Amino acid sequence: MAPPPSGAIAGGAPFSLRSSHRHYGEKVIQILLGSCALVSVVTTLGIVVSLVFPALEFFAEVSPVDFFTGTVWAPLFDPASFGVVPLLVGTLSVTFWALLVAIPLGLGSAIYLSEYATSRRRVVLKPMLEILAGIPTVVYGYFALTAVTPLLRQIGIQVEIFNVIAGGLVMGVMLIPTIASLSEDAMAAVPQGLRDGAYALGADKLQVSTRVIVPAAMSGIIASFVLGVSRAIGETLIVLIAVGQQAKLTFNPLESIETMTAFIGATGNGDLPTGSTEYKTIFAVGLTLFVITLVMNIISIRLVRKYREVYD
Amino acid sequence: MTSIATSPIDNNELGEFGRSSADDGRGSSVVFEVSNLSVSYSGKLALQGVEIEVYKNFVTAFIGSSGCGKSTFIRCLNRMNDLVPGAVIEGTARYHGLDLYGPDVDPVEVRRRIGMVFQKPNPFPKSIYENVAFGPRVLRMKEGLDERIERSLRSAALWDEVKDRLGDNALGLSGGQQQRLCIARAIAVEPEVILMDEPASALDPISTSRIEDLIHELKRDYTIVIVTHNMQQAARVADMTAYFSVVTPEDGGSRHGVLVEYDRTAKMFTNPSDKRTEDYVSGRSA
Ligand SMILES: Nc1ncnc2c1ncn2[C@@H]1O[C@H](COP(=O)(O)OP(=O)(O)O)[C@@H](O)[C@H]1O
Ligand SMILES: [Mg+2]
Repeated sequence: MAPPPSGAIAGGAPFSLRSSHRHYGEKVIQILLGSCALVSVVTTLGIVVSLVFPALEFFAEVSPVDFFTGTVWAPLFDPASFGVVPLLVGTLSVTFWALLVAIPLGLGSAIYLSEYATSRRRVVLKPMLEILAGIPTVVYGYFALTAVTPLLRQIGIQVEIFNVIAGGLVMGVMLIPTIASLSEDAMAAVPQGLRDGAYALGADKLQVSTRVIVPAAMSGIIASFVLGVSRAIGETLIVLIAVGQQAKLTFNPLESIETMTAFIGATGNGDLPTGSTEYKTIFAVGLTLFVITLVMNIISIRLVRKYREVYD
Repeated sequence: MTSIATSPIDNNELGEFGRSSADDGRGSSVVFEVSNLSVSYSGKLALQGVEIEVYKNFVTAFIGSSGCGKSTFIRCLNRMNDLVPGAVIEGTARYHGLDLYGPDVDPVEVRRRIGMVFQKPNPFPKSIYENVAFGPRVLRMKEGLDERIERSLRSAALWDEVKDRLGDNALGLSGGQQQRLCIARAIAVEPEVILMDEPASALDPISTSRIEDLIHELKRDYTIVIVTHNMQQAARVADMTAYFSVVTPEDGGSRHGVLVEYDRTAKMFTNPSDKRTEDYVSGRSA
């Protein structure tokens, strides 16, 4: 076919695809939205910088080896001792008890909501569960201290006034909605065809849930666990109120211990002179907490990728 | 409505229409006996007054345009509609004389005997081996699992293609292979009946013809019910064909599906009794 004669398209006028009017509005919006995203990036960088510099100054005064392997935490004593292990163990211990509650109950709620509940029940129950997530943590803290600890004593468990188990269990309850809600989302996203396929083979509801739906939703479920762990590690008020501030190196859940966050929370509102070694301790512990959370998130991204299944 | 349930045995025209004969003894007994079956979803009538008998070791095809209730009906035969909230089934569906919807019938037991293959291949996101092992495992048929899996994959004409990679994820198979895997998965629990709801509609022509060949193979051992919107496919694979259509009642009732005619496939395509069937098979109506 012959090419069309030139000028045939634009009817005489010079042919152009340039915009006939400028999109100023669009540029402005792009810049506005871009700066919103920038704020969070800059803030994160700011946090890292403001953690790293005081922490580096701290490690110039205290050897990192002593810090990470020392088993005595007494930064305010004389002579001071900066072994962070008791705080790490404290955090680990509270997190363990919290997850012991949150993972089974959270996953169980998710399976119930996604696979067993009628849609009418689901629309009532899910918001109710999410209300749990909206309760301020200070309320959970006092609930642990003034309700759970006395209750434990009443049923014959000899806990100290401040103890790991009450705080840990209550923190677990606090985490249930996080895990349930995210896991339920992941399970609801599993294609209906997989359920049909399993039911058609004579599987019952429990088998379909545990052998098909949970494995197929594993990436989202793991993500919910990791978010739960991150929140448990970072939770401050509950441990400050109910678990105490005794930096003992123990796994005994009946005793009082101190977590990293409790140390930061309690020491940060004290009147330590800025620039003192004790003051910089806060940043060293803070940086440790930050790195732990970062590593957790990297692991979770890996795991999520590993378990992600491709549905077309 | 003319729903004719013709028994292939006392049908005088037996043998008159090509490969409609059952000289090999197939079709000698009734597997499903459905009478006056209606289904509604949340009060909205989808299918009304179905009367049909499905014969043993026959391939029975359900044809008809989309929305006329073919899937709805086939899902009644293994109680898959139980899983649809709001679905209500009326009438009776007997399986070897037993009411499928009787009070002490366990739908899980029903589905064990009456397997199903779906329109879109739906392998589990597990290995090929685990997909086939799923049914035997949930039904605790643990003995000789490896042999059972090999047998099932062979029956589904998939063994040679996957025998060296049974541990690979099933989602890595092609669409046609996935569908044959789903057939193997269904076979692995030794059902008597396999229901197939448009098993080839998502597949390319070559995969489709492999599935059709497979259906020919399987009808020796299984009773097969297949939904298809492809008339040529019904003509190629089915012994008996049922034509469903949508009707709009004159009294102002809502549109719903009905079974128009049910007969030998050859008769349905060459000499149907109902004008609507004739229009449909000759391409004069949707
Ligand atoms: N799960 C469901 N909920 C509500 N209505 C449905 C459902 N499944 C099917 N229907 C309705 O029932 C009718 C028959 O559908 P279906 O059995 O899927 O037809 P076919 O398989 O012949 O295309 C349609 O009007 C459809 O909208
Ligand atoms: Mg359909």
